[in-house]
Amino acid sequence: MPSLPTLLRLAVFLVLLAFLLQPGLFEPLFEPLVQENAPAVYNRGSLFWLTLLHLRTVLVATLAATVVAVSLAILVTREVGAEFLPLSRSLVNIGQTFPPVAVLALSVPIFGFGEKPTLIALFLYGLLPIFENALTGLTTLPLAVIEAARGAGMTERQRLLQIELPLALPVILTGIRLSVVISLATATIGSTVAAKTLGEVIIAGLQSNNLAFVLQGGLIVAALAVLIHDMLQALERTLAGRTHA
Amino acid sequence: MAIGVIRETERRPLPFDKLGVIIAALALYGAFLAPFATFRANRIVQGEGKAILEALPPSLGYGLLAVVMFGAIVAVLRTSVLVRMAAAFVALVALCFLVGRAAGSLAPADNAYARVSPASGFWVLVLAFALLVADALTRLNPGPGLRLLFLAGALALIGAMLATGQWDGLSILKEYASRAETFWAEAGRHLTLALGSLAVATAFGLPLGILCHRVDRLRAAVLNVLNAIQTIPSIALFGILIAPLGWVATHVPGAQAIGVRGIGVAPAFVALFLYSLLPVVANTVVGLAGVPRAANDAARGLGMTEGQRLVRVEFPLAFPVILAGIRIVLVQNIGLATIAALIGGGGFGVFVFQGIGQTAMDLVLLGAVPTVLLAFMAAIVLDALIEVTGPKHSRGKAA
Repeated sequence: MPSLPTLLRLAVFLVLLAFLLQPGLFEPLFEPLVQENAPAVYNRGSLFWLTLLHLRTVLVATLAATVVAVSLAILVTREVGAEFLPLSRSLVNIGQTFPPVAVLALSVPIFGFGEKPTLIALFLYGLLPIFENALTGLTTLPLAVIEAARGAGMTERQRLLQIELPLALPVILTGIRLSVVISLATATIGSTVAAKTLGEVIIAGLQSNNLAFVLQGGLIVAALAVLIHDMLQALERTLAGRTHA
Repeated sequence: MAIGVIRETERRPLPFDKLGVIIAALALYGAFLAPFATFRANRIVQGEGKAILEALPPSLGYGLLAVVMFGAIVAVLRTSVLVRMAAAFVALVALCFLVGRAAGSLAPADNAYARVSPASGFWVLVLAFALLVADALTRLNPGPGLRLLFLAGALALIGAMLATGQWDGLSILKEYASRAETFWAEAGRHLTLALGSLAVATAFGLPLGILCHRVDRLRAAVLNVLNAIQTIPSIALFGILIAPLGWVATHVPGAQAIGVRGIGVAPAFVALFLYSLLPVVANTVVGLAGVPRAANDAARGLGMTEGQRLVRVEFPLAFPVILAGIRIVLVQNIGLATIAALIGGGGFGVFVFQGIGQTAMDLVLLGAVPTVLLAFMAAIVLDALIEVTGPKHSRGKAA
C-alpha cells in the first residue's frame, strides 16, 4: 500500500501530464483569471514541447556540470591536485555569490542569444553545489575503510572506483539534486535571452498582462521541481541505505 | 625497498607551483594572444579587438607587458605568499589603470560615438591575477578583521579610479554618464528591495522559527510550505503576485497610499520576502535545536523564566546559525532583485534587461557589475560577522 505522500506525488504527476497533453481541459479553471477575450490557456506553442525543451536544457547542463564537477573534485582530492584543494574551496564560495541572472547576462556578450548562454549559465551555476558536495563526500570518508582498502592491496584507482566513489555517491547526488532544482528555476530566466524554455510562457503572460499564462508557466516548473527533487531524494535514500547496510 | 625509493623521488617538491603554471599560461594568453580592448565606431556595431601594444602608447604597453611577465614568473616559481600577493596586486592595479588609458588613446576625446570596452584579454588577465590573489589569501587565511580591511581597500581603490575619472573613457561609464540619475534611483530601489524584504522577513521569520522550534507539529508543515515556495521560479512568483496585490490596491483603503500596486515594487517586495522566509526560519530552527541541553538545564536551574532563557541563553547561542541564514537571504535577494525589473519593480535589472533588449552589452554590464559587486560585498561582510559571533573552531562553510 503506497503511502499518502507517494499518492500525492502520483496525483501531481498525473495532473501535470494531463495538463501538458490536453491543456484545453483545464480552460474553465483559468478563465476567471483572464480578461474577456484573452486566451485562458497558453496558445503560442505546445506546452508539452516547451516542457521537454526546458527539461532537455536542464538535463544537458546538469550532466555536463556533474561530469566536470566530479572530475575536478576527484582531481583535487588526489595527491597530484592536493595543492588546488584550498583554493578550489574558496572559489566555490566566491562563485556561489554570483547571482544566476548576472551569470546569464554576462554570458550573452560572449555566447550570443539563444540556448547557448542559458546552457553555459546553468552549467557554471550547477557546477558549484555538485563540486562542493563531491568534495565533502570524498574528504569525509571513514578512515578505517580507506585503510582497510589500502591494506587489502587495492591500487589507488581501484580504491577510487570501488570504495571512495560509491561511498561518496549519496552526498554527490544531494549536490546534483540542489543543482537541478536551481537550474529548473533559473532556466526560466533563459527565456529573456531567447532560449526556448517554460519561461517563454511566463514572459508572454507578463507582457500581455495575462495572469493565467504566468501561473501556468510557474506551476509547471514548480511541479517539475518538486517531483524531480523528491525522485532524486528517494534515490539518495536507497543508495545511502545500500552503502550503510 | 625499490618501491620506497621511487616514492621518495616522487615526493620531492616540484620547483614549480602547479597553480602558478596555470596562472602564467592564462596571463600569457591574455597578454599576447587575446585582444586587450575592443574599439567600436558606435554603441551597437561589431567591434574590433586591439592587442595591448595597439591599444596603449608604447611606453605604457611595454610597461604593462613587463608587469604581467613579472607576475607570471612570480606565480610559477615557489615564492612566498606575500610576494605573490604583492605581484598580483600590482598587476591588477596596472591593468585597471591602463584599461582606462586604452580608452583615451583609442578613441579621441571629442568623439562621442566611439566606444572602447575591455576585451577578452583584459578579462583573462584579471582572472589570472585574481586567482593569484585568491590563492594567496586562502594560504594566508586572514581573520575576519583583516578580510574586511582587504575589502575596504579594494573598494577604496575602485572608488578612487572612478572618482579621478580614470575609467571615464570606457563604454560602461559612458552608459552610466548618459543615465547617472536613473542609475542611482535604480540602485536605491535595488537596495530597498533586497534589504527591506530581508528586514521584514527577519521580523516575521525569527518569531516563526522560535514557534516552529517549540511546536513540533507546526515545524514540518511550515518548512514544507516554505520549501514549496522556493521551487516556484522567481519570474513566475513575481508575476503571480501581481493579481492579489492589484486586488488589495483597489479594495483595501489606504493600501495605495503606502505604495501597494499590482505592478512595480510591491509584488517584487512580497516575492523576495516569501523567498527569504525559508532560510531565516529554517536556520532559526536549526540554531535553536543545536543549543546544548546542558545550557538549557543550567538556565532552568538558575530559575530563569522561559522568556529570559530564550533571550539570554538560546538566542545568543543560536545567533551565528541565524546569521548564516540571513547571509544566504541577503546574497540571494541581491541577485533576485534583478528580476524585479521584468514586472516594473526597478533595480539594476532595468539596465540588464534593457541592455539585452537593445543588444547593448555595456548596458547589461552596467546592471550586472554592481549586482555582482554588491552580492560579493554582502557575502564577505556577513561571513566576517558570522565568524566573529560564532565559536572559534567553526571556520568557513566548507567541510
